[in-house]
Amino acid sequence: MSTATQVNIDAFRSETREWLEANCPQSMRSPVKTFKDYFWGGRNPTFHSEDQKLWFERMRDKGWTVPRWNKEYGGAGLSKSEYKVLKEEMAKIGARSPLFSFGIHMLGPALLGFGSEEQKLQYLPEIARGEMWWCQGYSEPGAGSDLAGLQTSAEDKGDHYLVNGQKVWTSYADYADKIFCLVRTDKNAPKHTGISFLLIDMKSEGVSTRPIKLISGSSPFCETFFDNVKVPKENLVGVENEGWNIAKYLLTHERSMIGNVAKMDKTLDEYAIESIGIEDSVLADPVNRIKTAQWLIDEAAFNFTLERALDEAKAGSPPGAKSSFFKYYGTEMNKRRYELMMSTGGFDNLVWGEEYEDGKTARDFCRTKANSIEGGTSEVQLNIISKHILGLPKK
Amino acid sequence: MALVLSEEQQMLKSSAKEFFNGNAPVSALRRLRDEKNADGYDKRVWEEMVQMGWSGLVFPEEYGGLQFGYTGLGQIMYESGKTLTASPLMSTVVLAGTVINEFGSSEQKQKYISDICEGKRLFAVAFEEKNIHSPHIANTKVVDNKLSGSKKFVLDGHIADVFLVTASSDSGLGVYVVDAKGAGVHVERHIMMDSRNASTVTFDNASVLDMIGLPGDGKTIIDRSLDIARICLSAEMLGSMEEAFSRTVAYLKERKQFGVSIGSFQSLQHRAAHMYCEIELCKSLVIKSLQAIDQNADNLAHLASMTKAKVGQITELVSNEAIQMYGGIGMTDDEEIGFFLKRARVSQQTLGDYNYHLDKYAVLNNY
Repeated sequence: MSTATQVNIDAFRSETREWLEANCPQSMRSPVKTFKDYFWGGRNPTFHSEDQKLWFERMRDKGWTVPRWNKEYGGAGLSKSEYKVLKEEMAKIGARSPLFSFGIHMLGPALLGFGSEEQKLQYLPEIARGEMWWCQGYSEPGAGSDLAGLQTSAEDKGDHYLVNGQKVWTSYADYADKIFCLVRTDKNAPKHTGISFLLIDMKSEGVSTRPIKLISGSSPFCETFFDNVKVPKENLVGVENEGWNIAKYLLTHERSMIGNVAKMDKTLDEYAIESIGIEDSVLADPVNRIKTAQWLIDEAAFNFTLERALDEAKAGSPPGAKSSFFKYYGTEMNKRRYELMMSTGGFDNLVWGEEYEDGKTARDFCRTKANSIEGGTSEVQLNIISKHILGLPKK
Repeated sequence: MALVLSEEQQMLKSSAKEFFNGNAPVSALRRLRDEKNADGYDKRVWEEMVQMGWSGLVFPEEYGGLQFGYTGLGQIMYESGKTLTASPLMSTVVLAGTVINEFGSSEQKQKYISDICEGKRLFAVAFEEKNIHSPHIANTKVVDNKLSGSKKFVLDGHIADVFLVTASSDSGLGVYVVDAKGAGVHVERHIMMDSRNASTVTFDNASVLDMIGLPGDGKTIIDRSLDIARICLSAEMLGSMEEAFSRTVAYLKERKQFGVSIGSFQSLQHRAAHMYCEIELCKSLVIKSLQAIDQNADNLAHLASMTKAKVGQITELVSNEAIQMYGGIGMTDDEEIGFFLKRARVSQQTLGDYNYHLDKYAVLNNY
């Protein structure tokens, strides 16, 4: 890095620090825990507190809901190193993300990579400003791991597509304004080559949703039904029948997000010590003691590996199928963590209660079981590693 | 610090790879074994390593070293792990050299380190007495400058000119220098399962020539030196593990049963892919820990135990899976993969296995 660039970055850092200090309300400086801590935006946005609104609006006006996007798309056009500084400074004070959005993390990258300029100008700014709540329509009852086997059809009717079918695991479809979908536009083509990427308004006639109650007791997902839904032709992203490329691109993106093992308030050893106690200067449960040490070593090694991957990327080696490794290992590790927390937490952790918060560990534990299923199962990730990294043959 | 090698370290790694492949491949170890070589290593190969400066790679220039750092030495260990090369690198340079360089006086460094750099003398550190790794226990005693007791698992003890011996005195544990050929020193060579050597050494009123640090410094000296050695050994183990793994993956592609490559079977693919992931974690621990030695990091003990524990576990996993995936051919002495299994078990127990280090890591974190 040149001296001039370094000087600029240092200046950006102190400006950012000052701005965050002055503008991030105290209550927005703690980890998100309950549903009310998340702000999702949308046509009729719900703020759960004044601070949440204030924080969102200030960040929105800076273009910092999507710091890397260009200004004409509602972002701040930050460079990679500026963005890194912003993230570091936000982390330093524990600042929450001001806007949670599949639009930012999923649809945004798809549009930036595959959308027309017109589409970018139409959709990206409203995502950046939190004015549209998007959900994702990928999986179907008959298309889970075999996603490309999806059957929801979009029939070409001249000026519009006629969509029929069913999606499942659509996150917050019951709240969302719009959905980005994978649909089949050619029934006769081989399964990967007849898929298109389509944007559908959830208010369209013929769209209905039904929440799915999970084993954790919460319902973040829905089933979404399309019954003769008319969708304008211009809502197609990219080329007709080439939607699988977009899907693959986004799945890689999604995996790298799920693979990060979330930081918790307490480390696993602190948690175990608090719950089980120390006897003769060691954890009172000798087997959980060793399992805890093992997990913490794996966690550190995993984080070093994320760090190394970034350093290697900087040095010019591409990440490639590595996202499958991170997704697989990170999610399996998260499951192991909760398994240990259930064990070291003992009877107290078995409480379920009325509200999610009453039985948070037990419910979160249940929720972690989905980590190795959503975004491509562990088994699918292992298939990808076998094929693309190890070069093992197909049968 | 970025978790990647510098250009110079990368170059050293490449020349080490070329050297070991050309001069000391696995077949060379087999030859040493089969001819019942008296030394247990190839003197010519070691001389060349000395000439290239590898015996002095980490030591200060004023004593004849290259001051290149442990991250560099780790690359040589790594490449020698791939070829399972037997040499005095571990005993003389990594163990004894580190003890003297970290804790010796400048006179002692002048005397011993320069000999190590020039390859004039071979050293061994004698610190084990029990049947499992217990580096703080010494029933060996020093009284009036005479040392008596018995040490186990002294790596390369049979070829050493000089022993560094842990022993107790009224002041506690200390590290003493004893002439290996002196009176009262008896060395019994054991050829280990990996075709390398460790000795049982008994001292009967052997003369103490010198002492590293003060009487009572022994625990500090051994703790730090062994942590550095654990990291270097982990680098070697990583090399062996990666080599065993890549040979196994190649075999999965080559071996045909039921008319197809066995590598097309999902049960084997998933196990191979899982191993790939675990090896990635080991790589990160090893480079992080090597850099921590060179940066004089204060959490070196933590990193050493994390690394030796994880690398030990995955070395065990990969060596076992290698034999299983090779099938019957993996059980034959003609095939080289078995050498990796045997080396894996010896390196596993050297300087503490994963049970030892999982426990130690918990202790270091106060639970």
